[in-house]
Amino acid sequence: MDERVKAKKQAFNFKLLSYFMKGSWRYLLLGAVFMLLAVLMGYARPFIVSFTVDYVIGGIEETDMPAFLRSWLDASGGRDFIVEHFVLCAVALVVCQLINATAIHFRGRTVGEAAEGTAKRMRDELYRHLQLVPYDYHKHVSTGDLIQRCTSDVNTVRNFIANQMLEIMRTVSMILVAGIVMYSLNLEMAIASTIMLPFLCVASFVYFRGVKRQFTISDEAEGKLSATLQENLTGMRVVRAFGQEASEVEKFTSDNKTFRDETYRLMKMLSTYWGMSDALGYTQIAISLCYGCFMCASGELTLGNLLLFSTYTSMLTWPVRQLGRVLADMGKATVSLGRLDEILSHPVERETGRALTPEIKGEIEFKDVCFGYDTYDDVLKDISFRVTPGQTVAILGSTGSGKSSLVQLLQRLYTCTAGSITIDGIDINDIESAHLRRSIGIVLQEPFLYSRSIMDNIRIINPAASDEEVFNASKVAALHDVVMTFDKGYDTIVGERGVTLSGGQKQRVAIARMLMQKVPILVFDDSMSAVDTETDAAIRDALKANKQDSTMFIISHRITTLCEADNILVLDGGRLVQQGTHDELMAQDGLYRRIAHIQNLLEDELKQEEGGGTDE
Amino acid sequence: MSDYSYIEEQDFDQKVDLNIWKKLFAYAMRYKKTVIAACLSMVFCAGMDIVYPLLTRYAINEFVGKSTTEGIHWFILIYAAVIIVQAICVCLFVRLAGKIEMGMAYDIRQEGFVKLQELSFSYYDKTPVGYIMARMVSDIARLSEMIAWSIVDLLWALTYMLGVVCVIFVLNWKLALITMVVIPPLAFICVYFRKKILKYQRVVRKTNSRITGAFNEGIMGAMTTKTLVREERNSTEFEDITSEMKRASVRSIVLSHTFMPLVILLGSVGTALALYYGGNAVLLETLGETTIFGIVGFGTLSAFISYTAGFFEPIQSLARILAEFQSAQASAERVLTLINTPCDVQDTPEAEEKYGDSFNPKRENWEDISGDIEFRHVSFAYKEGERVLDDFNLHVRAGENIALVGETGAGKSTIVNLVCRFYEPTEGEILIDGEDYRKRSQLWLQNRLGYVLQQPHLFSGTIRDNIAYARKDATFEEIRAAAQTVHAEEFILKQDKGYDTEIGEGGIRLSTGQKQLISFARVILADPRIFVLDEATSSIDTETEQIIQNATNMVLKGRTSFIVAHRLSTIKNADRILVIRNGKITECGTHSELLKLRGYYYDLYTTQFREEASRGILNEAK
Repeated sequence: MDERVKAKKQAFNFKLLSYFMKGSWRYLLLGAVFMLLAVLMGYARPFIVSFTVDYVIGGIEETDMPAFLRSWLDASGGRDFIVEHFVLCAVALVVCQLINATAIHFRGRTVGEAAEGTAKRMRDELYRHLQLVPYDYHKHVSTGDLIQRCTSDVNTVRNFIANQMLEIMRTVSMILVAGIVMYSLNLEMAIASTIMLPFLCVASFVYFRGVKRQFTISDEAEGKLSATLQENLTGMRVVRAFGQEASEVEKFTSDNKTFRDETYRLMKMLSTYWGMSDALGYTQIAISLCYGCFMCASGELTLGNLLLFSTYTSMLTWPVRQLGRVLADMGKATVSLGRLDEILSHPVERETGRALTPEIKGEIEFKDVCFGYDTYDDVLKDISFRVTPGQTVAILGSTGSGKSSLVQLLQRLYTCTAGSITIDGIDINDIESAHLRRSIGIVLQEPFLYSRSIMDNIRIINPAASDEEVFNASKVAALHDVVMTFDKGYDTIVGERGVTLSGGQKQRVAIARMLMQKVPILVFDDSMSAVDTETDAAIRDALKANKQDSTMFIISHRITTLCEADNILVLDGGRLVQQGTHDELMAQDGLYRRIAHIQNLLEDELKQEEGGGTDE
Repeated sequence: MSDYSYIEEQDFDQKVDLNIWKKLFAYAMRYKKTVIAACLSMVFCAGMDIVYPLLTRYAINEFVGKSTTEGIHWFILIYAAVIIVQAICVCLFVRLAGKIEMGMAYDIRQEGFVKLQELSFSYYDKTPVGYIMARMVSDIARLSEMIAWSIVDLLWALTYMLGVVCVIFVLNWKLALITMVVIPPLAFICVYFRKKILKYQRVVRKTNSRITGAFNEGIMGAMTTKTLVREERNSTEFEDITSEMKRASVRSIVLSHTFMPLVILLGSVGTALALYYGGNAVLLETLGETTIFGIVGFGTLSAFISYTAGFFEPIQSLARILAEFQSAQASAERVLTLINTPCDVQDTPEAEEKYGDSFNPKRENWEDISGDIEFRHVSFAYKEGERVLDDFNLHVRAGENIALVGETGAGKSTIVNLVCRFYEPTEGEILIDGEDYRKRSQLWLQNRLGYVLQQPHLFSGTIRDNIAYARKDATFEEIRAAAQTVHAEEFILKQDKGYDTEIGEGGIRLSTGQKQLISFARVILADPRIFVLDEATSSIDTETEQIIQNATNMVLKGRTSFIVAHRLSTIKNADRILVIRNGKITECGTHSELLKLRGYYYDLYTTQFREEASRGILNEAK
């Protein structure tokens, strides 16, 4: 809420809007032209009727006629000709409306093109931007809020272009055209026919500004109702297990009532408005009609013009009433644009270094690397180690010890705050980030699968890969047999909109996906934690046979995994406390040896249990 | 919710099923008086709409035609009266229709919610929460809005159309007949386009929910996308969807902008006919000749022009209502299905008679529970033919602690579900204190049950509200005592407002361990005879682990309990450990008894021991 209030104060961001509308302006302009044509033709109908009534049927002397009409009438052969061919009046009417209809149609097309084109551009820009911002950004914003902005705020702006902008232009041009025609025909009558319109406009503006609060209250009541319902549904087992159905119904009833009553209150407000503004509008028509009667009676106005004035008046009341509403809603677009600007103004990832694309062999060196998400709290402190190509490095550490950060630094998902990381002697900041990331295959602990088939997920980097290649990768990841048990096999859709795989299955899909590329550096970020020990061993064996001369990082706390590594790094509280091979670390007193000794601990306990058991 | 919107948008080109709508209209008819009043005000409204052109006609004939303003004050008064009546009617019908709409929505939601409290877990296990939410919130809103407003719109359209036809026939029936030739093609166009427009809009909505989904994926998968260097390709794929969206939207806009002009054009043909025939008649009248139309006059001519220009409005209304009903039919069906879903687990009439239902329990008739539970030849299947439990037998004495271990899907949760009577056995029976529990009411059992989930569920509200969830009448002292028993008070008092701290959105976010402690306090306060615990698998730090362990022991004390166990300490402390494999008990006994078997339990214990211990050492070092 606060944020909205803050945003409200900002000015309308015209620069951003015109950026989004690049390429759509001409459509909008064309739309405005068609709209103007439609407005003119829309006014022609009452005009033709008026003309017919006065000059054709009524036989009013041509001298009383406005000059342009007279010349037009003379050119077409004079009144007698038209009286003889009376059908011409009807035809003119239909022709005007035909032009009107065509203009409306093309206005729809062009404005639709402009608004939808802009919406597309907005969506594309936002999506691309969200792909390109540094990962750090995503850690600090809420997904729900971002999606809200990318969908409903985009819609608000689109509606602004498609409806509000044009509606305002249309109403203004209608008032102008009608005003010019009416004032040039009869000033007194023109004033009588429009005198209430400003009130109508202001009344609707004030009204819709005022009722906004009730709209918010009703929306919030609905939100609360949904929240209560959702909470009840997700907590259904607790509700049942404690037998609390009755109190839940009570809670819901109260929210349901509030929502009903608040929305009904809103509707009551609306009903007053509709009634009042209807009355105002019809009063204007009545004033126009009655005043016209007086003027007709005294011979100052013709019947045709009376009809013209009253028709114009009724044509104007509706749009004027809407104008107030549209103006009251204008603020929404400003707020939305501001919210979109907030997203787009966040800088995207940029190459800061030389953007080299060397062939990577896999020699890695960390030199006094420090890193923290916030400046005051370091996650990693003075980390230094070397890896030669083809080595397997294992990393051991507790939750939050900085293991994941370490491998993410390697891919430049984050940048280290001090020290340097080099690959084959080149600082990774000088390697183009896409090239770097393509050279490092990483499997995350909680991998993300895209909403598509398992097959497409595995070959996502290389869509041209054959089924055979997919099967091979899948077999290495011990996934193939699992997939074959699914009804649809590799065509099973996974992700948000598909079936939910277990944690271990997801990890295996991610492993298979990573194996589809030949990369010099492989990273497994605790990516077999949800796989049972046997499968873990099987996957590792298969990987070993497959990895060729790739450098490999494995984060794990399974000793069986760790002990096979060429170099083991033990992290504790962001520091590298031990490193070396299994044998070296076993010779030192430290974390590693204590963990490795658990095996003995277990045996002791088992012996004790069994001993105790026989005693009883 | 948007995640499920795509399910809703299946294509359905079905005929309107009157039965479904009859049932829904019955909800509106609960507000019979309001409906009648709304209809009446709408009839008046339509009446006034018809009167305006007649007033104009009168003014033209009496004042303009006779070049006099005599008696115009009466005319002004009448006009003012008509305006006032119209304004009042508009105000009334908006209000009344709003009342019907909100009343209906309230009633259906209320009924739905009560139903949801009764539905069995077989329903919840199959139905995503988002799906139910969409039915309960948006579908119901849409249906009640549609029904309430279509009643008044329908009445307006019919009255107005009938009124206009009558009036123009009375004014000049020949001219009326001629101008009315545009009505059939107008009706055809309206019906045809309305249907088409709705169909296109459906495509737009469907594509829109795909866009939302894509955004969701793009944001949730940001890390993976970066590691795979897929930013460009993702963006290109996304552009395909937005292009499709643009295409579909423009198509839908073009369609509606073809429809409206066509209607305007046809309307103008009606006006042109009136102008030509009527005007010609007036023209000849002024020349002293008569036509087959008799005397028309300027007043009637203007009335005809006004009426013909408004022909399309009621027809368009009718076409819109028809199309809306057609497209909302699926929503209607889904809402009715929800309300009419049968409950698998239901109290017998006899049990209900004696024990009361969930909302009016007859506690005075409830027997105490001591907590002796027996599974006798129990078989169970979630889906027909797929047995999860097969001839399962188990006798648990009152106060005994049972740990259930085994792989996911082996049947541990099923046993728990059966104990809680979330499901009932397909075959065999479950006895509580020696009596088949189906002979008693669900609430009788569930009111004496304590349950802590793997992902502990807390409700919005304060910490205090949450502890007192099952006993709203508990005093603050009792609540504190419960929190102290499970050592939750320490962290509770550290919060801003202590026990009165709000949880969740806008309040504090608790760790899983803390949530668990609050759930435990809730159980302690409720003091159930039977306790079910689904232990969390996620790793927590040693300190919290120790506190939770102590809390667990406190809760278990003196209660018959079933634990779906994941922690060694819990398992080791249990009175009896059951190893469940494929719906059968394969090993059963105390910790040391099972170790000696050197079977599944032995393997499980040794691997898990290693993992837990190494994690323990690492965390200790921290």
